Amino acid sequence: MAWKLDTKKPIYLQIMDEVKARIVSGTYSPGDKLPSVRELAVEAGVNPNTMQKAMSELERTGLVISNRTQGRFVTEDEKVLKSIRKDNLETVLNDFFKTMENLGYTREDVKKIVKDY
Amino acid sequence: MNELLSLNGITKAYGANTVLDNVSFQIKPGRIVGLLGPNGSGKTTLIKIINSLCTPTSGEVLIQGNRPGIESKKIVSYLPDKLYFNDYMTVKELMEYYMDFYNDFNQDKCLTLLSNLQIDVNAKIKTLSKGTKEKVQLIMVMSREALLYVLDEPIGGVDPASRDYILNTIINNYNPEASIIISTHLISDIETILDDCIFLQNGRIVVYNSVEALRMDKNMSIDELFREVFRC
Repeated sequence: MAWKLDTKKPIYLQIMDEVKARIVSGTYSPGDKLPSVRELAVEAGVNPNTMQKAMSELERTGLVISNRTQGRFVTEDEKVLKSIRKDNLETVLNDFFKTMENLGYTREDVKKIVKDY
Repeated sequence: MNELLSLNGITKAYGANTVLDNVSFQIKPGRIVGLLGPNGSGKTTLIKIINSLCTPTSGEVLIQGNRPGIESKKIVSYLPDKLYFNDYMTVKELMEYYMDFYNDFNQDKCLTLLSNLQIDVNAKIKTLSKGTKEKVQLIMVMSREALLYVLDEPIGGVDPASRDYILNTIINNYNPEASIIISTHLISDIETILDDCIFLQNGRIVVYNSVEALRMDKNMSIDELFREVFRC
């Protein structure tokens, strides 16, 4: 099984995160055609209906565009791509600050540490 | 009526011992369903009833509207929990036997699966290891283009690498018209390929839900939920 999935949480949400990460990191570029649901399901080792659900949800976010006859594509809409990057950044920063707080650093400390790093 | 399989009030009793107690459920086309429960909860009996190897004391099973019998056997591909081959045959002879029996047998698919799992078609079945025999039996069952696959403990004796291959085969052969029932104890291995799961306890259904809904609801994997529900 190539994809690391946590079976404690809904699988389709994790698939959405993985596909988003692949788009942000450039594995899938804007305008790229995505593999078929079946191919992705085999690759991830998940039920095809679950993969289908994740794809439909990604379509709803606008990140993925479905073309009835040709399959699914990554959006070329810069606004959507930017907002996904911003969401990801916020998640990472929130986690980072939380971790640092747990280690006993204040936000001011962290700012200084990052500057000097 | 778009149910592929419908069980209505199935009860099976051997004298005072009630193995299945008023079990009812429906399975629609295109679902992969895990039939889960501790030892002796009635899984195999339920599966035998679906395959008319066992008659319920009361209640009715319908497979595409037919009771289990000749018509249902044309569309149900069943993997029993025991090996039942004539072991003087070679794998190839067994495949031909299956082809004679079932119109929906796909020889190309069968040969591909055998070769991908590195099974020698000219080997006599009695010379194969226990795990390989199990793989051969599962390959025969999965090589049919059936509408309902009923798999009783399909991966128990199979090594983890082959297990992944078999699960991938199940995903790859997914057909929105067909459904699969899998009974197993290896929940963590199969739970990502399931749509729904049925928990059977002392012959009764205690859970029948979509696995994603259960994960969302309980914040637990199906494996953990099973361990909690059936804690000894």
